[in-house]
Amino acid sequence: MNKPKYTIAVTGLNATDNPGPGVPVIRALKESRDFDTRIIGFAYESLEPGIFLEELVDKTYHIPYPSAGKDNIMRRLQQINSVENIDIFIPNFDAEMLSFIKLEPQLKEMGIHTFLPTIEQFEERHKTNLFEFGKKYGIKVPFSQNIFDECEILNFANNFNYPLVIKGKFYEAYIAYNYDEAKKYFHNISAKWGIPIIVQQFIQGDEYNVIAMGDGNGNMIAAVPMRKKIITEKGKAWAGITIEEDKLMKMTNKIINGSKWRGPLELELIKSSQNEFYLIEVNPRIPAWVYLAVGAGQNIPETIVKLALGVDIEPYDSYKVGKLFIRYSWDKIVDISEFEKIATMGES
Amino acid sequence: MKIKNNISISNSGFVFNPSNGETFSVNPIGNEIINLMKEGKFQEDIRSIILDKYYTEKNSFENDYYDFINMLNIFDLVEEYE
Repeated sequence: MNKPKYTIAVTGLNATDNPGPGVPVIRALKESRDFDTRIIGFAYESLEPGIFLEELVDKTYHIPYPSAGKDNIMRRLQQINSVENIDIFIPNFDAEMLSFIKLEPQLKEMGIHTFLPTIEQFEERHKTNLFEFGKKYGIKVPFSQNIFDECEILNFANNFNYPLVIKGKFYEAYIAYNYDEAKKYFHNISAKWGIPIIVQQFIQGDEYNVIAMGDGNGNMIAAVPMRKKIITEKGKAWAGITIEEDKLMKMTNKIINGSKWRGPLELELIKSSQNEFYLIEVNPRIPAWVYLAVGAGQNIPETIVKLALGVDIEPYDSYKVGKLFIRYSWDKIVDISEFEKIATMGES
Repeated sequence: MKIKNNISISNSGFVFNPSNGETFSVNPIGNEIINLMKEGKFQEDIRSIILDKYYTEKNSFENDYYDFINMLNIFDLVEEYE
């Protein structure tokens, strides 16, 4: 039987030490038994490694950063789409997600399908709203507060002993063991990502994650929990293992069912010494370790494509426990002319 | 104490706790004791099996057995009988 062939655009080609999910998403899509793919990479920088992986990415285009504004982004996407006829677009960065959620109707008019959370879903799980989110869905979340001035750290520290976690609204989180460190992180992060800064109660424990998929009607289509085995200095998982933990599955189901979550998401959790799970972050996108879920039997990127196209799918009901991923680095040799194409022409 | 139901152990003594992804290696006698526990044998049964099979004394076995069980407990591999 002939399989349909879809043109799928993907961001997050930065397979670096702070990896984006683009490359593993593409690997997952290439393994679909139900469709073939032509992969279009969308890159923000000319040295994103995925640009040069010709076995995975058929064509790459530079696109403007979200800060360039909706009109500039749309103009570029229209230009690219006039050549490529994109069927599906899978954005993979936190910082671009809100722009593309807002552009979803316009993308659909262009024939580009997406499967993203709503603005309300995106906002309510935001780091700055996470404590309220936990209360709403009955999930333990470390106490946190949004602060706009370094002095507010002192008030927070009066109620919670150090260490405290100092987090940016989009990226970066550091553990501060005293006021001086907390002040330093406050200024470092706010210079990059703006305010508010989130100051959070520190929970000692092991880090767990869940990747999951909601169909927008309250059904959990897929879910795989993972324990990090190697964590880099940037806090990224470099190795991990699928686990069997009913509490995590119930918590994930509660969030997806209660919020009617639409699209992929990642839960980041800490298991305390009292064996209680604390939710520390909800990422509204696929995580970089998505290929572990594929290896364990749940091809989540494939479900995004099907749901984006309105295909009815059966939820996954199992996955393999004890599957490991071990990330590695690999030197790709490319000619300067390849770099020249993306750097000067904006496409490669 | 009994080994938790979901704990798996291979022939080579590689122990996997699927609840938290932790893995351990035990030596052949540890492997044998875990497998006896998984079969539902109690401490007295395990003691007589080991004392019959190996040249060791009861007190020595008891000390090592309690150390081993304590370690299994610390690593969250055992639980009380209901």
